[in-house]
Amino acid sequence: MVPEIGHFALILALALAACQAVLPLLGAHRNDAAMMSVARSAAVGQFFFVAVSFFCLTWAFLQDDFSVLYVANHSQLALPTGYKVSAVWSAHEGSLLMWILILAAWTMAVARFSSDMPEKLVARVIGVLGVLSIGFLLFALLTSNPFERLIPAAVDGADLNPLLQDPGLAIHPPLLYIGYVGFSVAFAFAIAAMIGGDLDQNWARWARPWTVTAWAFLTVGIALGSWWAYYELGWGGWWFWDPVENASFMPWLIGTALIHSLAVTERRGLFKSWTLLLAISAFSLSLLGTFLVRSGIIVSVHAFATDPTRGFFILSFLTVVVVGALVLYAWRAPALDSSAGFRLLSREMFLLLNNVLLVIATTLVLLGTLAPLIVEMLNGGKISVGAPWFEIAFLVPMIPLIFLLGLGMHTAWRQQNKQPWLRLLRLPAIAAVIIGVVLPLLFYGRVSLMLAVGSIAAVWIVISSLIQPIRSWRRKEGAAAITRAALGMCIAHLGMGLFVLGATVVSAFGVESDRSMRVGESVDVSGFQFELRELREVQGPNYTAIEGVVEIRRDGTYVGTVRPQKRQYLVQKSWMTEAGIHPTWNKDLFVALGDQLGDGAWSVRIQYKPMISFLWVAAFVMALGGIVAVSDRRYRRGAAQESAA
Amino acid sequence: MNRYLLPLVAVIVFLPFLVLGLRSDPSKLPSQYIGKAAPEFDLPTLRDNTRNLASADLTGQVSLVNVWATWCVGCRAEHGFLMQLAQQGDIPIYGINWRDNRPDAIQWLAQYGDPYVASGFDEDGRVGIDWGVYGAPETFLLSQEGEVVYRFTGPLSASHWEREFVPRIAELGK
Amino acid sequence: MKPRQQRMLAVGLAALGVAVAAGLSLRAFEENMMFFVEISSVVAGDYPTERNFRIGGLVVADSVQREEGSLDMRFRVTDTRCELGVVYSGVLPDLFREGQGVVAHGRMGDDKVFVASKILAKHDEEYMAPEVAESINKHVEDKIATAQGTVAECEA
Repeated sequence: MVPEIGHFALILALALAACQAVLPLLGAHRNDAAMMSVARSAAVGQFFFVAVSFFCLTWAFLQDDFSVLYVANHSQLALPTGYKVSAVWSAHEGSLLMWILILAAWTMAVARFSSDMPEKLVARVIGVLGVLSIGFLLFALLTSNPFERLIPAAVDGADLNPLLQDPGLAIHPPLLYIGYVGFSVAFAFAIAAMIGGDLDQNWARWARPWTVTAWAFLTVGIALGSWWAYYELGWGGWWFWDPVENASFMPWLIGTALIHSLAVTERRGLFKSWTLLLAISAFSLSLLGTFLVRSGIIVSVHAFATDPTRGFFILSFLTVVVVGALVLYAWRAPALDSSAGFRLLSREMFLLLNNVLLVIATTLVLLGTLAPLIVEMLNGGKISVGAPWFEIAFLVPMIPLIFLLGLGMHTAWRQQNKQPWLRLLRLPAIAAVIIGVVLPLLFYGRVSLMLAVGSIAAVWIVISSLIQPIRSWRRKEGAAAITRAALGMCIAHLGMGLFVLGATVVSAFGVESDRSMRVGESVDVSGFQFELRELREVQGPNYTAIEGVVEIRRDGTYVGTVRPQKRQYLVQKSWMTEAGIHPTWNKDLFVALGDQLGDGAWSVRIQYKPMISFLWVAAFVMALGGIVAVSDRRYRRGAAQESAA
Repeated sequence: MNRYLLPLVAVIVFLPFLVLGLRSDPSKLPSQYIGKAAPEFDLPTLRDNTRNLASADLTGQVSLVNVWATWCVGCRAEHGFLMQLAQQGDIPIYGINWRDNRPDAIQWLAQYGDPYVASGFDEDGRVGIDWGVYGAPETFLLSQEGEVVYRFTGPLSASHWEREFVPRIAELGK
Repeated sequence: MKPRQQRMLAVGLAALGVAVAAGLSLRAFEENMMFFVEISSVVAGDYPTERNFRIGGLVVADSVQREEGSLDMRFRVTDTRCELGVVYSGVLPDLFREGQGVVAHGRMGDDKVFVASKILAKHDEEYMAPEVAESINKHVEDKIATAQGTVAECEA
């Protein structure tokens, strides 16, 4: 019964989404206030029914209702309750339902926090979001119904894929989707502006907080995915340039360009058509990512089960949305552009370069991701593009970007006077070069060209992000304090600096070693002695495992003990490696059990990962910066009236 | 040309690749396979090591060969439907228990029911390789002469059955 | 020069510089574009000699040998038509199994043995990498044709 309610609620949500799409858009066109006023209530109603549907599916999981096919395939009686909940979004159907729920939630948030916006713009934004909701609801109802029955019911379920039985993976998809789907709000703002033929600085002020919030969630979502891959999947790597990872990274890169371009549109009323194009691209790349992941056209370890019908549906939807948006763009954008001037040495110029470099980086990642597909079609050869290719392709535009970032932060809008600018930045630049070279020498005893470039860049961004907050802090009472928006920018850039530092050090000094070990033996990696003390059997709720107890010492001094496991899940009979990690703030020591080599020996992978924790901390700092910036008073409700008064 | 049209042009140039990518679906079986004799095999049965299930046993009537394993999630999904088919009794279903272990498989059938006339035990997956099985579950429809008429990859469901199998069986019955 | 032209020039030069740098570095790294070569082609001698490539197929049952207590191992991979020996040293992925699909990166060594630097097995055991599946499918067809005397056996 409950599953049928869920299915029915989804159909009702589709009906409401249709109202939400058609009436407000028509109302805005005809200038009919009554029709436009439907927007907010339809959005709330749609959210309610999608939430009911989502709750019904969760309920089916909690009740172990194995008469629902999706539950029978992805859960099991002995599965811990927390994972029964996260199993809801562990596969295609449920994760699509979650996607729809998040889209409805964003729409409702727009409806709630838009009272200072003109009614017409609100109606159009919510209407466009309604069109997107229709697409995804149809996708779910026509090709991927999560409530399909299994008659007769299974006695027990097939269990959740053991890889997914992990707290990191339980919360990674929701955060990632909040980010992905959040770009649909920016997209809707762009479409609404083009339909209305009206794009002013207020529009950018309204659109900006939504975009930055979505970007912050996407940042954390990607970081969590990388963290999970690090300890669970990749035997210690943290980014693999896998197509599915790239699918989430490309919207992030374009989203980053978008928040910078929106800054120019808000402050100076420039880059309007460019901002629109980026808003369209960020969401289109989210859709492309969905398509790549769910259609199976690209070989990836993460891909969902292949189903051409689904691929066909998303591709049609993607075509309609993207081509529609770009036709509108070609038609309406030319009229929106304005041509105010700015000098070569100005904030605008640096933000323009930021955009150019980010777009080049995205294009290269996109080319690398799709190269296997394109090459196969052109000459039939099957190629794969390795991580080193992406690393080079990505670093080439990123290195100038990082150095320009520190300069751009301290450059005035319109026109910057050269002398004070050089005076301000001279000292930080010299300090960055010295510290950047000395730091690795001091702590790790060697330095190379790439390493120096990386660490100088990192120190450079960290110092230049701190200049403004420190000055504001030391300023006498009564002087204007730093705004939240500027503080948020500094925090986000500080996060970027920490990230560059972590990535540089871990790739330069990380050590990875496969060894054969017997109980009682000890091996030396990077000055640490790893001793395998014992191997024992342990019992989990739905798995049994062989656990190694590895004691780590440094020159005889005890450092810590890790317990890597090799788990066998009872239902699916598959083996899983659970690495043992000894984390400290400046390094991780990582031990994973491989397999039995015979004669009592095991293959063991031991890794030394200096400063790897900086990567995830950095992502949180970046996201924090975004949130601080969004809390600036000019984005809060009523601020417009206040400043007008 | 108008520079505002460029993004549209780029997308239109790029889309066909995605469309073509979709069409090269590796799970589609090439037509050459159809209508040829199924690869020969001779396996011990799952329940009794001394008895054998061989390709010769499959001739004489239209039959289904279902490749399954206890570790396979999709097999669990289609099991209910296979039980339904077996109860209707219109067509014999033979199983190939693929890369599995014997006690688990026997226990699985005891727990969920056994829709198979007999299951061959393909412990090391050799027969699977001969048949070109690349994932469980897979289901083959064989004619009276033991020729492969149709091959289906993935969990079987009532709608697939109605759409793909029923018309072909009717055709064979003539 | 007008400010607008100045800006366009600056941006153009920056984009050009990055594009050239990217192009040059990527040329140097061209070998990271790895081709997938079918096992039958490898056995027939048709494979890139100067660079790494990928192979994929099923691990032949009972073919995995390792020296007791050592990380060195060898096994055979088949696309159901031809078999190829592979040597590898290191930790194997969790889903590496006999009879299971596998993809290896590496290059040909002496004695017609593939020296793998990396072994990949799909995370989900129900599905195989599409390229492996495709090459196996193709040879199964050939095999049926062989039974009817139309296609030759594995040729080295």
